[in-house]
Amino acid sequence: MEAVHGHADDHDHAHDHPSGLTRWLTTTNHKDIGTLYLWFSFAMFITGGLLAMGIRAELFQPGMQLWNPEFFNQLTTMHGLIMVFGAIMPAFVGFANWQIPMMIGASDMAFARMNNFSFWLLPPAAALLVVSFFVPGGATGAGWTLYAPLSVQQGMGMDLAIFAIHIMGASSIMGSINIITTILNMRAPGMTLMKMPLFVWTWLITAYLLIAVMPVLAGAVTMLLTDRHFDTHFFNAAGGGDPVLYQHVFWFFGHPEVYIMILPAFGIVSQVIPAFARKPLFGYSSMVYATASIAILSFIVWAHHMFTTGMPAAGQLFFMYATMLIAVPTGVKVFNWVATMWRGSMTFETPMLFAVGFIFVFTMGGFTGLILSVTPVDIQLQDTYYVVAHFHYVLVAGSLFAIFSGIYFWLPKWTGHMVDERLGKAHFWCSMIFFNLTFFVMHFLGLAGMPRRIPDYSTQFADFNAIASVGAFGFGLSQLIFLAAVIKCIRGGEKAPAKPWEGADSLEWTLPSPAPYHSFETPPVVK
Amino acid sequence: MQQANAYFIPTPSMWPAVGAMALLFLGFGAALTMNSIGAGPWLLLVGFGILVYMLFGWFGVVARESEGGKYNMQVDISFRWSMSWFIFSEVMFFAAFFGALFYMRVLSVPDLSHGATGEYLWPEFKAGWPISGPHIEESFTPMGAWGLPAINTLILLTSGATVTWAHWALKVGNRFQLNVGLAATIALGLLFLSLQAYEYYHAFHELNLNLAMGAYGATFFMLTGFHGFHVTIGTIMLIVILGRCLAGHFKPEHHFGFEAVSWYWHFVDVVWLLLFVLVYWL
Repeated sequence: MEAVHGHADDHDHAHDHPSGLTRWLTTTNHKDIGTLYLWFSFAMFITGGLLAMGIRAELFQPGMQLWNPEFFNQLTTMHGLIMVFGAIMPAFVGFANWQIPMMIGASDMAFARMNNFSFWLLPPAAALLVVSFFVPGGATGAGWTLYAPLSVQQGMGMDLAIFAIHIMGASSIMGSINIITTILNMRAPGMTLMKMPLFVWTWLITAYLLIAVMPVLAGAVTMLLTDRHFDTHFFNAAGGGDPVLYQHVFWFFGHPEVYIMILPAFGIVSQVIPAFARKPLFGYSSMVYATASIAILSFIVWAHHMFTTGMPAAGQLFFMYATMLIAVPTGVKVFNWVATMWRGSMTFETPMLFAVGFIFVFTMGGFTGLILSVTPVDIQLQDTYYVVAHFHYVLVAGSLFAIFSGIYFWLPKWTGHMVDERLGKAHFWCSMIFFNLTFFVMHFLGLAGMPRRIPDYSTQFADFNAIASVGAFGFGLSQLIFLAAVIKCIRGGEKAPAKPWEGADSLEWTLPSPAPYHSFETPPVVK
Repeated sequence: MQQANAYFIPTPSMWPAVGAMALLFLGFGAALTMNSIGAGPWLLLVGFGILVYMLFGWFGVVARESEGGKYNMQVDISFRWSMSWFIFSEVMFFAAFFGALFYMRVLSVPDLSHGATGEYLWPEFKAGWPISGPHIEESFTPMGAWGLPAINTLILLTSGATVTWAHWALKVGNRFQLNVGLAATIALGLLFLSLQAYEYYHAFHELNLNLAMGAYGATFFMLTGFHGFHVTIGTIMLIVILGRCLAGHFKPEHHFGFEAVSWYWHFVDVVWLLLFVLVYWL
């Protein structure tokens, strides 16, 4: 690649990058920024995890042990907010940063500086959230959904959470615009849309969802803010408003949000399964269409979160059937993954273990979701531990397991070293067993009627709660194995070849491991 | 080695971190101010100062890079995509507030005056629109559509025409018409904002219409206020673009900075038309 005509500054600017802290503060490199996102996400994962340990410690036995009820509410609320906005979403953006330019044959993201801005907005937002524990009245305890009227009445911690959400929303919108633009405009010659790796497709659709719904969340919390401080009555019946209005606006964001947290996971699993089954992905185009239909359907199902808060029967029927419809494209996906494995020559390295584990456990979470979509059933189960079990099956065993799978899958490419398989496998089996120990019993608790977000419970729930707490602490400790595996891999280990996984076929595996600082300075040609 | 036609990747830059610092101060400053804690306004001030510094610095770099010919066709297309998606996100932002207006007017206010809710809570309440709410003692006069708001509609529509007139001039290299068109657009934008300010003054002091006036007050001020905020941003952007035009920036075939601002201005215009019909008129 020679310069076509003389440039005033002939050397490549991006090669003279600073070192130390300045490197990370000022970087415009998609790999650096991806790394920042992933470590930030891990820090938030630990923070949110510690809050979860606080919840499970209190619930280990009936009665009030450790915390007062207000603080318990703060624990559940902040656990949710930090895990959703601090851990899961930034982890997927970290993957997008590392992988998308490499997978489409681009040199970097379309807007490299704005990319860094998207990341550096997250630490201030995290600071607002974490500091809110220490202001008078503590953090918000209104639940991660921040339902009015409770959220209108809370102290200053609520305002900090609102501004944190504004800042994280700005970060997500900028990040998504960057991702969409990169995918639409920076693909290598010959890389048509329908040749893109599925991970790229799922992120394209996720980014669209993010741009469509993050502003709606910003609108919801802005109305909350004016109700709190500027005398408006959006969520107050005395002024013609309605607390249910908040729920509608929130869930118009909230339901697409759950797909924002799972579609990139589908993408990762769709890369990993074919690589270890040594077969191309079964039904590639149906996967793309299924992803798109899930995204479209996600806009017309939000009120299934509100079956018990007042809705005409026609509304309940509509939202029930629309919700059930989502099982169709999701079923297509699960079928395709299984069909990819069918008669493949499979091996079970750590990424594959997490991917197969994902399919198994995520599908269970999907089925409980289907059960909850049935209005009369939901009216029984609303706000019980059954719901907690359901969404942890899709968010922990779904999103988080896919994140683990992706980390183990791409770490050789990122670091140049193979992951210690013994540590990886130990991490998988510990996570899988303790995860089910924690959350499977919650189904029984919920069916028996134990309400969520309550620090004390009646004695008949004691045994299952004790089991769940033991499982939760085990799950928390298992993540130390993950940290050990990652650090060990960064510091050394068996040298990774350019393509450590036999069946992997996307563009990033054509680059050496570790991938060079600039992925593709000349775009590769895709046939 | 860099190919002359390669995609432009900027060098490491401090501006994103500076911007994040600004938002850290603004976030804490706003929360403290709203809870009447002394340090709040100072933090806000510092945050705002850093933000302005960042905007000048960052956009200055972008303008220099653009004029330095670093942005090729592909970069230009990236800018087009990004601005379109940004405007889409703004559409969704306004959609949340229009949705709130729809919900209150069509669902929650009527629900309060019939059925069990009406019977038990406020039996005397009769739904209608414009209305404050069943438990708001003071009364207000709603804002009429055919006074200032109609004039403002005319002003914004005209400004949409002048900015397009300026764009035509830019495309044929008529710099004088470009500058005049932009200046006229800015003047119309400022006129709109002054009239809106007067309208708010009128609402607060003569109509007793304020944020506390229930459903109508909340939606009226949220929607018009947010729109006014967007017109303010748009006007500032137009002023920057005029400054760049006077400095000789932009070429007939390469001027996306100008186009982005005019897209934004048209978007603000369309939102106003919706506002005029749904908030003022109907």
